[in-house]
Amino acid sequence: MTELVPSPVEPKAIGTALPRVDGVEKVTGRAAYAVEHPVDRPLFAWLVTSTVARGRVVAVDRSEALAHPGVVSVVDHTDAPRLAQTDNGELAILQDDAVGFRGQIVAVVLAESSEAAREGARLVRVEQEAEPFEAELREDNASYRPEKVNPAMETDTDQGDVDTALGTATTVLEQTYRTPYEHNNPLEPHATTAWWSEEDGRERLTLFDSSQGVHGVATALAPMLGIDREQIRVMAPFVGGGFGSKGEAHAHVMAAALAARTTGGRPVRLAVTRQQMFSLTGYRTATISKFRLGTDDDGRLTAIEHRVQEQTSRLREFAEQTASPTRMMYAAPNRRTSHRLAVLDVAVPSWMRAPGEMPGMFAHEVAMDELAEACGLDPVELRRRNDPDVDPEEGLPFDRRGLVECLDRGAERFGWASRPRAPRSTADGEWWVGTGVASATYPAMRQPGNVARVESTDTGFAVSIGAVDIGTGARTALTQIAADALGVGTDDIDLRLGDTALPMASVAGGSSGTSSWGSAIVAAAQQFLADHGDRPDPGLWTEASALRGDEADRFSFHSFGAVFAEVHVHRYTGELRVPRMLGVYSVGRVVNPTTARSQLVGGLVMGMSAALFEESVRDPRFGHVVTQDLATYHVAAHADVAGIEAEWLDESTTTFTPMGSRGIGEIGIVGTAAAVANAAYHATGVRVRDLPLTADAFLE
Amino acid sequence: MRELAYLRPSDPADAVSLVANDPDARFLGGGTNLVDHLKLGVATPGTLVDVSHLPLDALEEHDGGLLVGANVRNSDLAADRRVRTGWPVLSRALLSGASGQIRNQATTAGNLLQRTRCVYFLDVTTPCNKREPGSGCSAAEGYGRYNAILGAGPACVTVHPSDLAVGLVAVDATVVVLGPDGERRVPAADLHRLPGDDAARDTVLGHGELITAVELPRSAHARTSTYVKVRDRASFAFALVSVAVAIDRAEDGTVRDLRIVWGGVAHKPWRATRAEDALRGRPLTEAGVRDAAEAELDQARPTAGTEYKPAMVRNATALAFRRLVPDLAEEAR
Amino acid sequence: METTIELTVDGERRSLTVDTRTTLLDALRERLGNTSPKKGCDHGQCGSCTVLLDGRRHLTCLALALSYDGAEITTAAGLARDGLHPVQQAFLDHDGYQCGYCTPGQVCSAVGMLDEAAGGVPSHVTDDLAVPTTLEDLDDGEIRERMSGNLCRCGAYPGILAAVREVAGA
Repeated sequence: MTELVPSPVEPKAIGTALPRVDGVEKVTGRAAYAVEHPVDRPLFAWLVTSTVARGRVVAVDRSEALAHPGVVSVVDHTDAPRLAQTDNGELAILQDDAVGFRGQIVAVVLAESSEAAREGARLVRVEQEAEPFEAELREDNASYRPEKVNPAMETDTDQGDVDTALGTATTVLEQTYRTPYEHNNPLEPHATTAWWSEEDGRERLTLFDSSQGVHGVATALAPMLGIDREQIRVMAPFVGGGFGSKGEAHAHVMAAALAARTTGGRPVRLAVTRQQMFSLTGYRTATISKFRLGTDDDGRLTAIEHRVQEQTSRLREFAEQTASPTRMMYAAPNRRTSHRLAVLDVAVPSWMRAPGEMPGMFAHEVAMDELAEACGLDPVELRRRNDPDVDPEEGLPFDRRGLVECLDRGAERFGWASRPRAPRSTADGEWWVGTGVASATYPAMRQPGNVARVESTDTGFAVSIGAVDIGTGARTALTQIAADALGVGTDDIDLRLGDTALPMASVAGGSSGTSSWGSAIVAAAQQFLADHGDRPDPGLWTEASALRGDEADRFSFHSFGAVFAEVHVHRYTGELRVPRMLGVYSVGRVVNPTTARSQLVGGLVMGMSAALFEESVRDPRFGHVVTQDLATYHVAAHADVAGIEAEWLDESTTTFTPMGSRGIGEIGIVGTAAAVANAAYHATGVRVRDLPLTADAFLE
Repeated sequence: MRELAYLRPSDPADAVSLVANDPDARFLGGGTNLVDHLKLGVATPGTLVDVSHLPLDALEEHDGGLLVGANVRNSDLAADRRVRTGWPVLSRALLSGASGQIRNQATTAGNLLQRTRCVYFLDVTTPCNKREPGSGCSAAEGYGRYNAILGAGPACVTVHPSDLAVGLVAVDATVVVLGPDGERRVPAADLHRLPGDDAARDTVLGHGELITAVELPRSAHARTSTYVKVRDRASFAFALVSVAVAIDRAEDGTVRDLRIVWGGVAHKPWRATRAEDALRGRPLTEAGVRDAAEAELDQARPTAGTEYKPAMVRNATALAFRRLVPDLAEEAR
Repeated sequence: METTIELTVDGERRSLTVDTRTTLLDALRERLGNTSPKKGCDHGQCGSCTVLLDGRRHLTCLALALSYDGAEITTAAGLARDGLHPVQQAFLDHDGYQCGYCTPGQVCSAVGMLDEAAGGVPSHVTDDLAVPTTLEDLDDGEIRERMSGNLCRCGAYPGILAAVREVAGA
């Protein structure tokens, strides 16, 4: 395998609206997801979960379950295969009697049919001993300072003297903002098909897993199962959405792997129920953001302070980087951020689309709206005045700081100039009408360690990388990148992904997929052409990885955006509608305008959904989320979504990737809830600082 | 889901006797609620008596009104031309509920007999008096956003989720019930009950009693009726509160007769008789409607999570009147 | 308790053995191997399992298979038997999907919905109930409301709307 710094690619297919290469499979339903692959004589698995938040399993009575027709076995902590490593508290299931949260896996039932498996799980009697627990996030929880916040950022930062600056500021804003627990809720529930076999005298584990990163799953499971990574094959040809929740293997994957180890080779199909997803497959922690902002006479920020209280779980630490965007968003000489975590006896939090940026920028951008009013400035103008020349945290110039251009372009398209400054100025029939704006940002990330393989075939090129298309359009965009890098048409490319049998690839997360995988493909393509020329015989191949130059030492790389929203609030019922939203983005070169628009619009929809609906209600008396289905955890339905548009600035950033792209998956959700909240304030004069914004807050 | 015996009788009387004689048996209609409960373990019958194929799907003129068979699907009832003009509140209520697919599947009787969406009722790991009498009520001190503000009992604080039931009370419908001892007629207003200290029973029906039809009498107020539903999502969501209003006005605009029925506030559709009394015989004004609603709400006992409901149901009532009485809307401008 | 029933699935008469507890969705997916209808929630809250059943759009997760003995079912796979259905082509043309998991249900729902609208069925947002609707009355608000039983977490609603609007106007 070769490592090289790839050269920029001349865009031909890149930038064109190539239709999704896997569209026909999807619209007919022939695309096969994790438990839809034909396997021989599958056993159906059903999870049995704890009903205490903290304590231990005293006894598991399997007799009734085993007596049920069709039930084959019940695996619990007394007889589950032992793990070689147990330091990942989330994945080390069925190893002892400890219960760390309500909804934790305490047994797995295997049966000949899903009906028998479900009933078998109901019939397993689990006697549990309950211990005192804490499951409520408050401002005054005992909390600690984590060493780092996700993924590996400083926990606290402190520059200048915030307190002194606030003492002399012309305008000071001090407010607290809250975001609730949110669940990713991809439409395809987490699911795994697993079987063990033997090959050349070695054990092999094969998984079809609904995962955002097949290699990551193999890497996480192998040492715990006491086998080499090469002994695990994970495949994910199609994944029904993830939004971060399938970014890492969760406990059910281990449950499937352990259960399958007991069946003598029969495959196990395990589909997590929608209800179980609220305990087992990750979620966004609730956050409490305390903001203090100070400005001079001209509305220029002199101090920014963002202190965050949030939670992690007893079993495994996850520290949402909620204050991280505050560190680079606006200029101010005095700045302080901090994160503190309460350790609760609850399910393990994890990634959800734009972890950190989504809750953090909700708080920051509502605060900016309040500050604009306090300063007597237009909200766009306040942001323009505080746009920094260099990254305030790192001191490096931004490779591209497109925020003001996005704001200006959006303001023009949205008709911002005609907006009355005062709230509660416009009524239309039964509705109050308002508009709001918020900024968006997301760091540009390229993950190391990606390898691509280019092989000449009779019909063109097979291009392989073990990445996953979770609906983003990666399969299509990478086809375009490969075509341009090899100087051929997209029809000549046979793009293969979703399999650990293909070269190493990083997770589909952090908006880093296209940048990371695409760079590796360009590197492999350029190396292939160097090795074999542009008229190769079939059967030649090259594997390569893309190195980065020194650009990260010279520039700060971020994407930016501006979100404009129009909100109507019903004067009688308080109901909110969002008839119009526009996001304008600076995201580098767009590889495929069709799939990119769907990504950005999808992010805007999810942000609007978070603004108006989404809240996982954790009942602190029990410790679990009680709104644990799609009827009580509302996500936006079709009727809620009207007039959402996304556009982007025409730009390219080949200092960051050879394609000139920077990543688009997360930024659409960032700032969107703030834009909606700010518009609702403008409509009604009612300032809501806690998500979601519901009708009752606006009743008169 | 327990192992089940599945029976499909061809005659309503047979269906009734099969269930009446077996405490472990349940009727299966369109299945949109019961199958949900079977999977969750909320319902654990040993025998299902499928009544969805019984010949109870006629929608026909009857005694000057309409007779709606128990198996008439929600979508068909909502779309019926006669219902749309003679009882528009029913079409509006049905169309505001569930989704197109569910309305194609759910039956008229099943809609009335659907059970609460209280999150604790649906979660067998938490106490619930409705699901398991005597175990306690988790909702009273728990997640309360959807709880009742009127007529809540010590045993249960939840609300009835049906939109159709609210509309039926507003048009004076009668539910036809076949039981082991023959047929009886129950006014729609009396079908559902307040929980008192017996949360397990949603309705006055006994085990084995089968709803076979709903009678819709024709009336002037039913003809001028509508339904306003307030919810978190714009569609496909249960009501925070809802209001059915039916009104008959004299030439001079005074109210000859009216019905005001609220959903999402009680264990049954709540007929706001005090509000009706305050408006009957008088000219309509929006302020008068709001005052009338307040008079009814004197009895309301909002709790943590439902503090918003009195104002919301009052305003929604005013809105419903605006929809029906254009000059009321004029006046408010 | 296992029983044999017959279903016509995507034009093919199939005899299958089901448990009394087997849902139509599990019968299709786990017993007949037709995974075109998806299991998104299993409780009637997402619409991913929508098929056309005896011509109407219908959930399969809240339906016990035994109760539908003899039914005729068309899945999104069946709609494409003789080439893509116009609704499927329109979903491709307007990128009315991302991950594809809700998509077969959206497609079946759209096909059923267009039939309902053409047949005069009103919706929650229909202004005047006294006037029967036609396909021409299907403005954006009507389509959105009528398609609201199908959740799409990827947020592809604008593309779905454009696809359905195109077919409705064709």
